Amino acid sequence: MQNKTLIYDGTFEGFLSCVFYVFEYKLTQVTIQNEYVLQNALFSENENIVTDKTKSDRVWQGLKQRASRISSTKIYYAFLSEQPNVENILLDYIQYIFKNKEKVDTDFTHSSVLKTSQIAKNVSREKHRMEAFVRFRLTKDSIYFANIEPDFNVLPLISKHFKSRYADQKWVIYDIKRNYGLYYDLQTLDFINMDFPDNFDFSKTSTDFFANEEFDFQKLWKDYFDSTNIKERKNMKLHIRHVPKRYWKYLSEKQPNL
Amino acid sequence: MSFERTLEKLKILADAAKYDVSCSSSGSKRTNTNKGLGNATGMGICHSYTEDGRCVSLLKILLTNHCIFDCAYCVTRKSNDVKRAAFKVQEVVDLTINFYRRNYIEGLFLSSGIFKSADYTMERLVAVAKKLRLEENFNGYIHLKSIPGASDELMREAGLYADRLSVNIEIPTKSGLKLLAPDKNFEDFIKPMEKVKNEIIQYKSEKKIIKSTPKYAPAGQSTQMIVGASGENDFQILKTAEHYYKNFNLKRVYYSGYVPISYDNRLPNIGSEVPMLRENRLYQSDWLTRFYGFQTNEIVNINHQNLDLDIDPKLSWALRNMHEFPVDVNRADKRMLARIPGIGMKSVAKILMARKYRRLNWDHLKKIGIAFNRAQYFLVCDSNQFEKRDLTADKIKAFILKNSTSKYDTILNPQLNLFE
Ligand code: SF4
Repeated sequence: MQNKTLIYDGTFEGFLSCVFYVFEYKLTQVTIQNEYVLQNALFSENENIVTDKTKSDRVWQGLKQRASRISSTKIYYAFLSEQPNVENILLDYIQYIFKNKEKVDTDFTHSSVLKTSQIAKNVSREKHRMEAFVRFRLTKDSIYFANIEPDFNVLPLISKHFKSRYADQKWVIYDIKRNYGLYYDLQTLDFINMDFPDNFDFSKTSTDFFANEEFDFQKLWKDYFDSTNIKERKNMKLHIRHVPKRYWKYLSEKQPNL
Repeated sequence: MSFERTLEKLKILADAAKYDVSCSSSGSKRTNTNKGLGNATGMGICHSYTEDGRCVSLLKILLTNHCIFDCAYCVTRKSNDVKRAAFKVQEVVDLTINFYRRNYIEGLFLSSGIFKSADYTMERLVAVAKKLRLEENFNGYIHLKSIPGASDELMREAGLYADRLSVNIEIPTKSGLKLLAPDKNFEDFIKPMEKVKNEIIQYKSEKKIIKSTPKYAPAGQSTQMIVGASGENDFQILKTAEHYYKNFNLKRVYYSGYVPISYDNRLPNIGSEVPMLRENRLYQSDWLTRFYGFQTNEIVNINHQNLDLDIDPKLSWALRNMHEFPVDVNRADKRMLARIPGIGMKSVAKILMARKYRRLNWDHLKKIGIAFNRAQYFLVCDSNQFEKRDLTADKIKAFILKNSTSKYDTILNPQLNLFE
């Protein structure tokens, strides 16, 4: 039997539309691939799947009936990992759920149930880290600006947290890896795209763009961070486990002295 | 705010506050109403970690390091020759707000040396919290240190604005306290704690009747004990902790390995090692009693007064109670599953769910993520190739130690374990 590859637009709805298609045509030899990271498989027939909100909603609702809330959340989280092949792990998981009459979404002896749970856990960990490691800097336009570069696409997951926390200041959190951001203007929260000037260095705070007091507070914070360390208890291994090096670039306390 | 002066004060007063290990910002839910600033999520967030691996979630400072007392174990003590400084109320407010707006912190942890009198000091701590709440509309976390000897009225007010209040017991025994902090009165610690406890009880009963009763210290009380400064054993320390958990409804007891900071000959010399591993074992024991259903007596008792340093307290308990094992993973109740070395609460939950579908074997258990190296000697499951029921406790211990990597790998900040 011929393999089929379903190509979708990279959105969660697009992915669920593929799942719908798989069920509709009872496909067995099938792979789902994001059109932006497409790798052409030999001997496989490609099919472009149009994202269809009605179809994706039906899959999602069906899923929620047959799986706990936690499990459906895990599927969404795992999807945002953008890991190669994650769509197919999720497809396998979803098929397993629909094939059985009883609830099987917590059967951790099934490999895609377990894998989904593990990937979701990694995404969830990065979500928490982003809630912790976002560092706002006050711009000359009185907007608190932060840039991030997470491994996983966690921006949709952290929006609620920041909205309820910083209700009285304008802010932007920008994912420079995926080139989109969140902007809160004191009223509403929106996804935005921005163009940055050529001389904009994301890891530096330049007087061209940032308010004067910004430098004072960064210095205060960094000095605070240094004085609160107890050198007799130094444990860099533990430190790095908590604050992995890939995040240091944008942490003000990790910058060389100003 | 004069930047240079504030910078200098911040260095001095953060440095002096760093020996207080309590840092948690969890346990309080404050929702942001009327578009104010901040919320307390209930979970707490560590925004950074110091190079010694401790979580930074709060701006932790002293209001002043002037002190009229002379407790031997404290850097702020009167007789210590250090630079002194004091913040103005407004300075602390500005720092808190500006750090919070940049997402550096979850809130403020304010402590203080005692200048003039207990009440005079407590009054200023309360003034900071009050200003943050009422003038800045701040909903982030506030932890105030209760000053021993502060009056009931001030403690009442403190609880209206703070999320958590704490008094550090510091020295777990009366005799130790007499030796190292002769100016201090044991009763002075108890009184504010008693007051806060009663206020919390009263708040809870009033809330049932009137919904709008203002919150009182919603994250409760905590305390800290210094470990290794005055010669107590682990039995004394954990029993003291148990006493405070029970009688004062404490949310957390923190254990702080003593960092030598003084040439006073009543104390360990400068340069002697900080008992980090022992501190870690105490946290693990604390964990077992709070989340794993252990009684303090099972972990330490008259016959076993000190925790083992080479193995964790759960394994130690298991080796002393071999008659309880092996546990059948496919039948045992939650309580017994939680007692198997190498199986944490997350794995217990997964096992309970997964075994509804089929009988679990070693492969399943490994996939679920149990620590096989330790667990293999204590359980049976649907495979039998690893059963070793005839081994003695000593043998098992030797095998486990041989196969484990550096024991210091297990030193983890207790804060971390909460969220895994
Ligand atoms: S009263 Fe507090 S600040 Fe003063 S010396 Fe004693 S422990 Fe230190």
